[in-house]
Amino acid sequence: MTSPTTPATLEAHGWGWRYATRLRWAVREVDLRIEPGERVLLLGASGSGKSTLLQGFGGVLGGADEGETHGALRVDGRAPTEARGRVGMVLQDPDTQTILARVGDDVAFGCENLGVPREEIWPRVRQALDAVELDVALDRSTAALSGGQKQRLALAGVLAMRPGAILLDEPTANLDPQGVADVRDAVSAALDATGATLVVIEHRIDIWLPLVTRVIVLGADPAGTVVLADGTPEQVLGARGAELAASGVWVPGHPPVVPPAPAQRPGETLIEARGLTVARRRGLAIAGPFDLDVRAGEVVGVTGPNGAGKSTLGLTLAGLIPAESGSVTALPALASDEKADPFRWSSRALLTRIATVLQTPEHQLLATTVRDELSVGPRALRLSAEEIATRTDELLARLRLASVADANPYTLSGGEKRRLTVAAALATRPRMLVLDEPTFGQDATTWAELVGLIARLRDEGTAVVAISHDEAVLDALHARRVVVGR
Amino acid sequence: MIDPLTARPDRPGPIAGRAALAKLAAALLIALPLVLSIDVVSASVALLLEIPLLLLAGLGAREFWTRTAVLWIAAPLGAVTIALYGATSGTIHLEWFVIRISDGSLALAAATAVRVLAIGLPAVVLFVTVDPTDLADGLAQRVRLPARFVVGALAGMRMLGLLTEDWRALALARRARGVADQGRVRRALGMAFALFVLAIRRGSSLATAMEARGFGGTGPRSWARESTWDRRDTLLVIVAAIIPAIAIAVAVLTGAWNFILGPTA
Amino acid sequence: MSTSTSGSTTGSASAAAASASKGLGRPELWRWRVVDIVVASVIAVACAVIFLLWNVGYEIPSTVLTPLLPGVQGLLAGPWLIAGVLGGLIIRKPGAALYTELVAAIISALVGNAWGPLTIVSGLVQGLGAELIFLLFVYGVWRLPVAMLAGAGAGLACGINDRILWYAGADTLFTTVYIVSTTVSGAVIAGLGAWLIARGLAATGALSRFAAGREVTARV
Repeated sequence: MTSPTTPATLEAHGWGWRYATRLRWAVREVDLRIEPGERVLLLGASGSGKSTLLQGFGGVLGGADEGETHGALRVDGRAPTEARGRVGMVLQDPDTQTILARVGDDVAFGCENLGVPREEIWPRVRQALDAVELDVALDRSTAALSGGQKQRLALAGVLAMRPGAILLDEPTANLDPQGVADVRDAVSAALDATGATLVVIEHRIDIWLPLVTRVIVLGADPAGTVVLADGTPEQVLGARGAELAASGVWVPGHPPVVPPAPAQRPGETLIEARGLTVARRRGLAIAGPFDLDVRAGEVVGVTGPNGAGKSTLGLTLAGLIPAESGSVTALPALASDEKADPFRWSSRALLTRIATVLQTPEHQLLATTVRDELSVGPRALRLSAEEIATRTDELLARLRLASVADANPYTLSGGEKRRLTVAAALATRPRMLVLDEPTFGQDATTWAELVGLIARLRDEGTAVVAISHDEAVLDALHARRVVVGR
Repeated sequence: MIDPLTARPDRPGPIAGRAALAKLAAALLIALPLVLSIDVVSASVALLLEIPLLLLAGLGAREFWTRTAVLWIAAPLGAVTIALYGATSGTIHLEWFVIRISDGSLALAAATAVRVLAIGLPAVVLFVTVDPTDLADGLAQRVRLPARFVVGALAGMRMLGLLTEDWRALALARRARGVADQGRVRRALGMAFALFVLAIRRGSSLATAMEARGFGGTGPRSWARESTWDRRDTLLVIVAAIIPAIAIAVAVLTGAWNFILGPTA
Repeated sequence: MSTSTSGSTTGSASAAAASASKGLGRPELWRWRVVDIVVASVIAVACAVIFLLWNVGYEIPSTVLTPLLPGVQGLLAGPWLIAGVLGGLIIRKPGAALYTELVAAIISALVGNAWGPLTIVSGLVQGLGAELIFLLFVYGVWRLPVAMLAGAGAGLACGINDRILWYAGADTLFTTVYIVSTTVSGAVIAGLGAWLIARGLAATGALSRFAAGREVTARV
């Protein structure tokens, strides 16, 4: 009883949208037509409005109290809000797209909303899960899935609605390499099965290029949002490759600039780990035993598959969680007059010795302005007001945060928040820095900036432990590898 | 065995598999009548009659004691309050400022303690085995509460699971930033606030994701899972209604019935 | 525009009265958006966590306060009243306070606490207490005094509810002190507390889809 999906036509006629909280129009006077069955890669610098355009097509932008609009968007000739079910969207964050607790229920959710009769729902659910190659039981808990699995689950939920258009807004940005590949394959299989129209926004485009037939580049100029380029991937990337790379897209053939190799040999050893096994919860060792040294002027790269325990190892070396067995010893060069086990140190003692930047910036925002955020550490050290001001100003300049110095940290963009958390860690001049996935989800420009910053810190003599599933980061930093898990 | 359509988890015993709506109704039916009186007899009889219910609920020993721990602490504490300040009657054993321990207040204290257990234990035990999706289905399909609210609430409720992981990360971040040494209360408040921000941002994203799947529209909605109700659910509800009925009857017959809004309450 | 407002002399007063006269008639007031429902539920979940923590945390202050003056442990009731006021302040629609407090109470009951299903009754009553105050101001005024009044309303409802259900053996002194304490606690902890939390949340930009968020920050 499967009705074939007719691919949808997407059109924009002089359309614009301005959020109620912004002065600038996010999108203005954009004219576009996407034919049924086309596969489009939508690119553009941040601020060009591509995400807003996609959300407009998805009909999720909100009503009159959330923004103003002009012009029209059409899905098969109808307004997007009336064409519910014709368009399916997969968004960036895996965690906020799992709606129900069990896999089967979550996939069935879209069908329920469209009023599909019960007899038809469960066959569609099974078909959709097969289409995305998600081979889990229907009663499996959605919270137990990995990021890549959750995104595929979201895609399955979309496919079960039999949409004519599939819109993907950075679906792989928050995933590890395995997850990225899985999602890409799932989308490819889904398109082969349904022939739906595809519009995808991503900054890591190499995996999507083989899949798409058309690339559209959006840009903003005084007149409004303009289509800067529109054509086949070869045409657009050939003509605008360098420009796109400069705006943060990972264009094949235009890799970001990597810092030079370290000029000096590593210095003294700061932390020694011997026979170290690590655990997220007491008694449940997940990785180890490790024997490693963390030395000044060197980057230790912790890598391995998702869930293997990379972060746990990093947090243990940083003195934030206790070792399960074995030892983490801070040598006198680092510990000075403190005890040997960093986990026993007070929070203040950690400040000048080991700083940690966690994976999610939102977990680390403590103050109400960016400037205050940077001064949290120095104030805990009881530094003088002048010293605090000097350090803060220096960091604001160094990490290009001066323009948002008085803004609330939560209102910063993703890249800015990341720079902020790194800056805050550096405010107390630690001798060792532990970074958990520093370039996660970032575009090429921020990637290059952070990698460059870490390299400079290394060259200044800081010991760095970088946890990353992105091999390119560790290569760029000439890191000494520690592999966790098989 | 797990039915792929209803997907209810596996717990032993006849009660765990009952409809969530039946368990909710049962817990309410036991609790509400018992609230009407504060005397040892009705509470004790009810507690005794509840024991089979508790044993058949499908909870392991460890789970039972962990989940009901709060009750075992709260019962004596509530009793102490009443013992010290309850309505005075009979011989007064101790008087100090406004504290007055008397025969009457001690009796009320004992009754309060048993009552907390009699009301709380079945509720905890029944609710532990409730599957939120099942409850939402029941409320929307049988009780006919508006689907947008029930499903929206269900989706928002799932956030509870994510929040506990965030709490741990928030604590680690504070240790790393040098502020974890003192001011525990202030820090906890700061963390709680950060949790709120995270939760609301997630909630807004979740709302967008739900709308992207067609939720919140004006058309009719179907249900993938049918909310079932069979004879065993009715039986559970009847049993839950009988327990307090017997308890109250015994209390009335022995003259121990003490209506909370009555003169000697 | 309505000109039937009598006795208003200042421009702002007549503007407020004018909007109040079409206050309950505003159509967008009555339709809850999906984001309203979900965020209200999220607030309820977050407050349920507060409830659960306070269920354990209040024991020690309670044993300290109780011997001092019978009923003064009502001052500790505030944290259990915060959901309703906060939900009302953020969502700003009819039923928001009631919904948030009730759902928080339901979750608290589902997870397990000493009061079992009667928590739901408490939630209902307390939510109504706050809701009625917001209704009195025709869901149009959301400033601090209204927030504190709403908290007080919830506290009053809480005190009465608790006295009937849980302290049924208590005497007049206890009753008075208790109800006054819960009301004060509601006004200060729940009312002021919720207002501060709402303001703080708005400053982070998390409430940009709500009027509560947009009125605090200017267009950027």
